[in-house]
Amino acid sequence: MNGKLEIAGRAFASRLIVGTGKFSSGDAMRVALDASGTEMVTVALRRVDLDASGGPDILEFIDRNRYLLLPNTSGAIDAAEAVRLARLARAMGLPDWVKLEVTPDPRYLLPDPVETLKAAEQLVADGFIVLPYCSADPVLCKHLEEAGCATVMPLGSWIGSNQGLRTRDAIKIIVEQASVPVVVDAGLGAPSHAAAAMEMRPRRRRPSRASWIRSDLRGDPCTHTGTGAGRVRDARHRSGCLSRSGQTCRFSRSRRLRRPDRATRGCPS
Amino acid sequence: MYAPLYLSNECLTTCTYCGFAKGLPIARKTLSVAQSLREGEFLRARGYRHVLLLTGEHQKLTGVDFLGEHVGALRALFPQISLEVQVWNEDEYRRLAAAGVDGVVIYQETYDPDSYARFHVAGKKRDYEFRLGGPERAARAGIRRLGIGALLGLHEPWREDAIALAAHALHLLKVAWRQELAVSVPRIRPSASGYSPEHPVTDRELAQLICALRLVLPDTGIVMSTREAPGFRDALVPLGVTHTSAGSHTDPGGYTEPGEAEGQFEVDDTRAPEEVADALRALGYEPVWKDWDALMRAGV
Repeated sequence: MNGKLEIAGRAFASRLIVGTGKFSSGDAMRVALDASGTEMVTVALRRVDLDASGGPDILEFIDRNRYLLLPNTSGAIDAAEAVRLARLARAMGLPDWVKLEVTPDPRYLLPDPVETLKAAEQLVADGFIVLPYCSADPVLCKHLEEAGCATVMPLGSWIGSNQGLRTRDAIKIIVEQASVPVVVDAGLGAPSHAAAAMEMRPRRRRPSRASWIRSDLRGDPCTHTGTGAGRVRDARHRSGCLSRSGQTCRFSRSRRLRRPDRATRGCPS
Repeated sequence: MYAPLYLSNECLTTCTYCGFAKGLPIARKTLSVAQSLREGEFLRARGYRHVLLLTGEHQKLTGVDFLGEHVGALRALFPQISLEVQVWNEDEYRRLAAAGVDGVVIYQETYDPDSYARFHVAGKKRDYEFRLGGPERAARAGIRRLGIGALLGLHEPWREDAIALAAHALHLLKVAWRQELAVSVPRIRPSASGYSPEHPVTDRELAQLICALRLVLPDTGIVMSTREAPGFRDALVPLGVTHTSAGSHTDPGGYTEPGEAEGQFEVDDTRAPEEVADALRALGYEPVWKDWDALMRAGV
C-alpha cells in the first residue's frame, strides 16, 4: 500500500478519513487528528453553526490548511435535504466535496439507496465532488459510480456497531467492479478491521479478458480536474470511465484503466 | 444539551400533581413574542442551540397560532425547536411542523388508565387515548423527534409504568421508524400542587430503571432533566443518559424576569450550563449543543 490514494484528482498520502464526533473536547480532537496522520476530516454539517453566528463551532479546531474538510450530510432523510445541506455548506465557504449521507432511519442509520442515488445525481450536476455512504450493494455502487461519484463508501456493518466487515463478500464484489476508490465507511471497531479492509485488493482478471481492474486501494494516477458545468463529465473521467469504443478515456492519464468489456453510460467521449 | 423555555403557565386542566393546575392560586404569566425572544437570546448566549418550549394547557391563550408565532420568532435564534405542550390532532401537528417545530415531547404521565383518570380530573388532558396517540399523530405530520415519558410517583407500582413506557417506545420504533425517539422518567418534584407520592422512587430504583431502559432500547435517547441532584445526574450519565438540560427555570420569563410567575416544579440541579458541560467532559463525553438544523428542511 505504498501508492497514494487519489480521489477526484487529489492525492492523499493517508488512506484514513477521520470523523469529528465523540471527542470530549475540541482540543482532544485536534490532538487526535494530528496523531492519526489523516489528511481528510469529515464533519457533520448539522453540528456546524450554519449561520456563522459565533457560537461554539467544531470548525475552529480543524486546520483547514492542513486537512481537506469533508462536510457530511448526516441527518438528511431524503435527497432534497441532503442537496439543500450541501448547498448551504458551499454557500458558507466550505469545500465542494461532500460526504453524502441519506439516512431516514435514525436508529441503524442505514442509507436509503434510492434517495442517495437521486441526491448524488443532483449534487454531481451541481459540481460537487460526491463521496456517498451507501449499502454494500454492488449494483448500487455501479449506479453511483456512473452518476459521477468520486468514490463509493459501502458500510462494513451498521454505523457504530463495531462489528467489522460483516459485508465482506459484497465489498469484494464492489472492489472488483469499481472504477473509483472504495472506502469502507462504517462499522469498523478495531485496527484489524481496517487492516482487513485494506487487504481486500481486487484480483486481476486474466489478460485474455483484456481488462485491468482499477484498485481503489491502490489509488489512481488520474489527475484531471475541472470546474463548473464540466464537472459531471470530469468526475466520470476522474472516476476512470471509458468511452463506448472501449478505449481508455482520453481525459484519463492512466493506461491501466482499459475496460474494453463494458461501456460506461453517459461518457461524453 | 437543551434548555426548557416556558412560554406560559396558564392552564385549564386539573392535574392534581402539577404546579400549573387550573384553580391553583399562583402568579400566572404568558410571554409575548418579545419576551420569549429575550429569554431565547439569554439561552443562546449560554450556548444553547436546542430549545424546548413549554406551556400549560390553555386552548385560547396558548393554541397553535400562539405557538406558531413564537416558534417563527425563535427560529432566528435556534436551529432546533421542540415542544412540550398540550396534544394536538394531526393537522395541527402538521401546522406546527411547517412553522419550524422539529420535536414533540408528550409524557403520558401514567400508562395505567385508572391512575390516569384519578390524577387528571378535569380538562382536555382527561382523554387518555387521545394523549397516547399524540406521538404517532405527530410522526405522521412530519415531526422529526419524539419524546415520551412516565412521571414516576403517580402510579403504584412504578415498575408497571416503566414496562408500559418501554412497550410504548418499542411500538413507536416500528410505526414511527423515521423519527428519533427519546424516553424520559422524571420523578415527581415539590410544586404548588402540594402533591407528594406515598412511595417515591428511590435513587437506586431510578438507576436500575435507566439500566433497564438502556438494555431494552439500546439506540434510544434517554433524557435526564434538572429535577435530579447534580451528583446523581452525573452518576447516571454513564448508564445511558443522552439528553440533558442545565440551568433551567420552570417559570415563564424565569431567565430574564425571575420571580414574576410560579414555576411548574422545583429544580434540584441548579448548576450553570457550562458547569454541566464541564462535568460531562470530565466523564469523557462530548457535550453537543447543536445536533440539528432546521435549515436542512426545504421550505422552513
